Amino acid sequence: MAQETLFEPWNDPNESPLIQFKNVTKKFGDFTAIDDLTQDIYAKEFFALLGPSGCGKTTMMRMLGGFETPTSGTIQIAGQDMNNVPPNKRAVNMMFQSYALFPHLSIYENIAFGLRRTDMAKGAIDARVNEMLKLTRLEKFAQRKPHQISGGQRQRVALARSLAKAPKLLLLDEPLGALDKKLRQDTQFELMDIQEKTGTTFVIVTHDQEEAMTVASRVAVMDEGRIIQVATPDVIYEAPNTTYVADFIGDVNLIKGTVELRVSSAPVNDPEPGAVAENIVDETPSPQPNKLGEWIHDKLLSPIIGERIEPIKRLPPPSTAELAASQEKMQTAQDGGLLLNWSDKNPTIIVSNGDETKDGATLTFAIRPEKLNISKTKPDAPNALQGKVIDIAYLGNVSTYYVELIGGQMIKAQMANARRLARRDITWEDDVWVSFTDTAGVLLER
Amino acid sequence: MKRFSWFNATALTLGFAFLYLPMVILMIYSFNESKLVTVWAGFSTKWYGELIQNEAFLNAAWVTIKVAVFSSTIATILGTMAAYVLVRANRFKGRTLFSGMIYAPLVMPEVITGLSLLLLFIGIGLDRGVLTIVLAHTTFAMCYVSVVVSSRLVSFDRSLEEAALDLGCSPWQAFRLVTLPIIAPAVISGWLLAFTLSLDDLVIASFTAGPSATTLPIKIFSAVRLGVSPEINALSTIMIAIVTIGVIGASLISKQASLKQQRDEQAAARG
Ligand SMILES: Nc1ncnc2c1ncn2[C@@H]1O[C@H](COP(=O)(O)OP(=O)(O)OP(=O)(O)O)[C@@H](O)[C@H]1O
Ligand SMILES: [Mg+2]
Repeated sequence: MAQETLFEPWNDPNESPLIQFKNVTKKFGDFTAIDDLTQDIYAKEFFALLGPSGCGKTTMMRMLGGFETPTSGTIQIAGQDMNNVPPNKRAVNMMFQSYALFPHLSIYENIAFGLRRTDMAKGAIDARVNEMLKLTRLEKFAQRKPHQISGGQRQRVALARSLAKAPKLLLLDEPLGALDKKLRQDTQFELMDIQEKTGTTFVIVTHDQEEAMTVASRVAVMDEGRIIQVATPDVIYEAPNTTYVADFIGDVNLIKGTVELRVSSAPVNDPEPGAVAENIVDETPSPQPNKLGEWIHDKLLSPIIGERIEPIKRLPPPSTAELAASQEKMQTAQDGGLLLNWSDKNPTIIVSNGDETKDGATLTFAIRPEKLNISKTKPDAPNALQGKVIDIAYLGNVSTYYVELIGGQMIKAQMANARRLARRDITWEDDVWVSFTDTAGVLLER
Repeated sequence: MKRFSWFNATALTLGFAFLYLPMVILMIYSFNESKLVTVWAGFSTKWYGELIQNEAFLNAAWVTIKVAVFSSTIATILGTMAAYVLVRANRFKGRTLFSGMIYAPLVMPEVITGLSLLLLFIGIGLDRGVLTIVLAHTTFAMCYVSVVVSSRLVSFDRSLEEAALDLGCSPWQAFRLVTLPIIAPAVISGWLLAFTLSLDDLVIASFTAGPSATTLPIKIFSAVRLGVSPEINALSTIMIAIVTIGVIGASLISKQASLKQQRDEQAAARG
C-alpha cells in the first residue's frame, strides 16, 4: 500500500481556509471570553479545541454556529462574512454541550427534525433517520422520548441529530464525554469514518486529550480566550511552545534555569563508566533512529510496519543486558546546543537541541516523565541526576516514580512495566539516578 | 407518628368552613322550594327551570361567555408574547421597567383600571358594549397570563430554541414547533385563569358595559339590590360550578403537565 499524501492544507499556500477568525473578540459585559483571536481552519480538517473549563471553547463554537456575534472582528466561512447570517441560514450544524434534545418529540422525530425543515421527500427522510439510528445504535429507542433513555444514549441522539443533515461544517461540543471507553472509541472511529466519507469539516471540543490526539488533524490549546498553540497532535506533544501547553497535554517535568552556550567538546558530564561496567553484557543494541528517522517512520512507515517501539518501553529491570544497552545508547551526546544551570548541587543539563541564540536567557526545561530512566547505579548517559525515590505509583502498564533530586526538586519518571513486577528492586527511599538523553526535553521561554 | 391530630383536624375544618360555608349555604338554598330565601321548604330544582326561561339572565350569560372567550383568548396571545419578549430579550434597555409595568395592573385597584378605561372609551368615542368589555378584560387578564407564562419560560432551556434554529427553523418555526408545545401547559392554564377572571369580574365590567350589553355578574348584582331571589342562588351555583371547574382544571394542568415537562427537559439536559 502506498502512503497517501499527507493531509496538511495549513502548510499549502494554495489552499484557502474554510473558516477564518479574523481578530475576533467576544465580550460578555466587561468579561473578555475570546481575546483577539485569529485562526484559520481548513476544509476536511478535524480541528480539536482543548483547554481548561471556561477558556472560551463553547463561545468559539457558538460564534461559528451563529448564536453569538463577535464584539469585534469578523468570522468568515468559505470566504463569506458571517457576522449577519442567522443560524438557520448557515450550512453548519452544532451538537450542543447540553444536548438540547426536544423533550416533546420522540428520538426518531428529534433526528428527523432538521430533515423535515428541508424539501426532502418523506421516504428519503425515513431512510436517513434509520441510517442515523443504526449508526448510533439507537434503533431500539426510536419511539422513546428523551427522558426515557440514558445519558449516553441521549448524547448519541444529539450526535445523530447533528449528523443527519450532513452539514459542510459540524461543530461538536464535547460529543463523547458521557460514553464509556469502548463506545467512545467506536464513536471516534465512526466520526473519523464519517469525515472521510462525507468530507465534512469537524470542529470538536474535548476535555479528553487522548481523544484529541486520536481524532484531530490539528489541536488548538486554548487559555483564557486565546489560542496558545495550534499544531498536529505529535508536535503539540513533542514540541510544545510553552510550559502551559506542555503541562496541559500530558505529564511534564519543568525545571527552570539559565542557559549558556555549550562548548561542543565539553566532556559528557563526569562519566564513570566503570560503575556499571560489570553489568554490561556484550550484546550491542540496535541503533536508535535520529529525529529524521523517527519522523519518516511516524509519518510514512508506521501504517506499514507498525508503531515504533519507544526505547523507553524496552527498558528492562537493572542488571540485565538490556539495561546496559539502554545506557550504551545514551552514551554520546550530540555536539552544540545549550547547557542549563538550574541548581548549585546538581550538574548542568545538556540540551543539545537547544537554540543557541538563547544564550544567557532564563528558560524552563520541559521533559516528559516517560523520557526519563531511573537506575540504582550511575548510568553512562549525557544527563544523569541523583535523587531519592519518594513515591511509586503503579498504574498497570506503567509505573510512575516520584524522585526528589538533591536540592529538593521533585521529578516524575515513568517506566513501562514490560514484564510483570519488573524493576521491583527500586523501592521507596532508594537513592537512584535519573538519566535522559541530550535531546529528550525542550527548552521553553514561558 | 400521628399525622392528623385533633388540633389539626379542627383547625382545618374551621378554616374551610370560614371559606366555603357561605357558598355551601347559597348552593343549598338554590334547591329550596320556597320563594323565601331564608326559610327551607323542601328540595326542588324549579328555580333552575325558571332561570332557563329568564330572557334577561340568558342574554347576560351569553354576553358573559362571549366576553370571557374572546378576552381570554386575546389576553393569552398578547400575554404570551409579552412574557416571551420580557424573558428572552435580555439586552434591551428598560427591560426591568417593562416587566415591572406588566405586573402593575395586578395590584392596581380595579376601580381605577375600570375608570381609566371608561374615560379612554369615552375619549375615543367608542360605544360601550361587548367590544369595550372584551377590551377591558383583555387588558387586565393579559397581566395574569404573562405572569403565568413567564414563570414557565424562565426555566425553559434556551438551547432548545437554538437547536431548532441550528437545524434550519426560522425563529417563528422554532417558536411554533419547539417552544410553544413545551410551554403549552402554562399557556392553557393562563387561558383558563383569564377565562375565569373575566367570568366573575364585576367592577371593571360595570364601568365598561353599556345598556346594550350586560354581563351576568352585573345582572346578579343589580337583581340582588332588589332582593335576593332563589333564582339568583341557582345562577350563582352554576357560576360557582363553572369557575371551580376552570380553576381546578387550570391548576391541575399547570401543575402536572409543567412538572412533567420540566422533568423531561431536565432529564434531556442532564447527561
Ligand atoms: N452569556 C454569557 N454571559 C456572560 N459570560 C459568559 C456567557 N457565556 C460564557 N461566558 C463566560 O465566558 C467564558 C467562556 O465560556 P465557554 O462556555 O466558552 O467556556 P468553555 O471553554 O466552553 O468551558 P467548558 O469546558 O466548561 O465548557 C466563561 O468564563 C463563561 O463564564
Ligand atoms: Mg463548553
